[in-house]
Amino acid sequence: MNIALFLQMAAEACPDRVALTHEGIHYSYAALYEAANKAAHRFSVSDCEFVSVLDVSSPAVPISLMGAAMAGIPYVPLNYRLSEQQLGDLLDRIKPVFLIVDDHKAADFSDIEGLVEGRQTFLTSLEMAPVEHFSCIEDPSAVAIQLFTSGTTGTPKAALLRHEHLVSYILGSVEFMGAAEEQATLVSVPPYHIAGISAVMSSIYACRRIVQLSNFQALEWLNLCSHEQVTNAFVVPTMMTRIIDEIENNNFSADALGSLVAIAYGGGKMPLPVIEHALDLLPAVSFTNAYGLTETSSTVTLLGPDDHREAVNHDDSSIRSRLASVGKALPSIEIEIRDEQGRKLEHHEAGEIYVRGPQVSGEYLERNALIEDGWFPTRDAGYMDEHGYLYLSGRADDVIVRGGENISPAEIEDILFLNSGISDVAAVAIPSQQWGEAIALAVVLKPKADLTAEAINALIRSELRSSRVPEVIHFVEELPYNEAGKLLRRVIKSWFS
Amino acid sequence: MELKPGLRLRSAVCDAEVMVIKAAAGDGLTCGGESFLEQAQDAKAAANPEHMHGCVIGKRYVNEAETIELLCIKSGEGSLYYNSDELMTKDTKKLPSSD
Repeated sequence: MNIALFLQMAAEACPDRVALTHEGIHYSYAALYEAANKAAHRFSVSDCEFVSVLDVSSPAVPISLMGAAMAGIPYVPLNYRLSEQQLGDLLDRIKPVFLIVDDHKAADFSDIEGLVEGRQTFLTSLEMAPVEHFSCIEDPSAVAIQLFTSGTTGTPKAALLRHEHLVSYILGSVEFMGAAEEQATLVSVPPYHIAGISAVMSSIYACRRIVQLSNFQALEWLNLCSHEQVTNAFVVPTMMTRIIDEIENNNFSADALGSLVAIAYGGGKMPLPVIEHALDLLPAVSFTNAYGLTETSSTVTLLGPDDHREAVNHDDSSIRSRLASVGKALPSIEIEIRDEQGRKLEHHEAGEIYVRGPQVSGEYLERNALIEDGWFPTRDAGYMDEHGYLYLSGRADDVIVRGGENISPAEIEDILFLNSGISDVAAVAIPSQQWGEAIALAVVLKPKADLTAEAINALIRSELRSSRVPEVIHFVEELPYNEAGKLLRRVIKSWFS
Repeated sequence: MELKPGLRLRSAVCDAEVMVIKAAAGDGLTCGGESFLEQAQDAKAAANPEHMHGCVIGKRYVNEAETIELLCIKSGEGSLYYNSDELMTKDTKKLPSSD
């Protein structure tokens, strides 16, 4: 039981079918499988204990993922948008590493423990290498993927996904070779996101061609859809907003999206006006909302195309409101809503979402978060209706999900606490039409400090990055705390509503 | 041979390969009338012509009680039996693509 089996089967069943398209270059399943075999050999003889890709989407992503799987080495995709300091901290935790980066950046990492190679150099080396028939390491409990998540404490946790979890997810939700030859899926989510990884695995198992878009831009996404005759796509809500804007502003005609059959979305809260608008603008497209977490090997609930169409114009408001739900659990997944004491709640009662099933890892390198009987407390809050539809009501913890990207408040607060003019600060999530959630800051200045909102924004931009800059800043006298000294973020949030 | 989830087996009579998804006790599992081989073994046996209806890559095979389940990872001419019951294909529930 190894995720590389998916590629091996695809190469066996349809060797000549196109598996992957990237900037006009195609790989067949046979070619992708051969490249993964050669990569497995290179990873194996390197004596590295991790394989990492610190780069945008390219053929190196599926090849490294599958090659590392065959070699029995954990695959660790890294976020290329992180600061030098943050990256350094993560690289320190994966030594020695076979690191694949943008060719222009290879020199920046020459002092790491392990081996660093530019993406193109790596791909060329595989083309030149003799054919390998690497025999897969067969250990279902081996770690296939280690993904750094941003935790509440601000220090990223290393989530572990074992082959058995990922294989359960794919076998349970994807039909082998279920796609027709002309089907193609446009993958524009970053490769360090669980959605980017599961897109690679499920497309390979379905034998559906992957079209990679390295950096999402709405017009480029639309042009690629049309040019490559894309049939399926996955987007995060922010992307959907921008795609709609692009069509609305007449930069692109929706008629040119004739090949598009289905769009799946997830990774953050979809604003209701956006999905209603999308359904209206693209009447021939099937929409699916997927909810899942890194720790659950991606999707655990689905709101399918029929639910969308039924809900959008229904007279009954309880059915219409389903458009705001993340749908029902996959057949192999169980969901419970529990209160703070861990007691199971009734329908419509809000609490923390617990998930159980063979694809649920719930495990970090630092600790196993699974509780009794294999249940995973997601730290997401929500409720379920009597028909099994799940509704999210935010994070049980305080992570801000901006445009599908998880932002820990501590990350921003820690930087600002270092400023001599600030005595207290809290970052909270506020609803945003464009981003799903945006950042709001409550700041307490020290007496006589004359720090402006502009200066705070400039500080965050220079120390972190622009996605961490708040939408709004309130200067206040003091922040609310309970008797135990715990910051009451709920109260702060209410200041901004 | 003890069956366990994740174990990969080769047919002794044809090209078929299967992976065990759900294991059942005993050694009543056959392909084309002959017991399966482990990956490393390389022996060929004569097939039972009445057990040659084929198995297809990507299909999942179960017995009636669903106590055993196999995933065919390479097609072959032999058909799959467990304790003299022919295994049937099991449909994966059709789900919309979510990624």
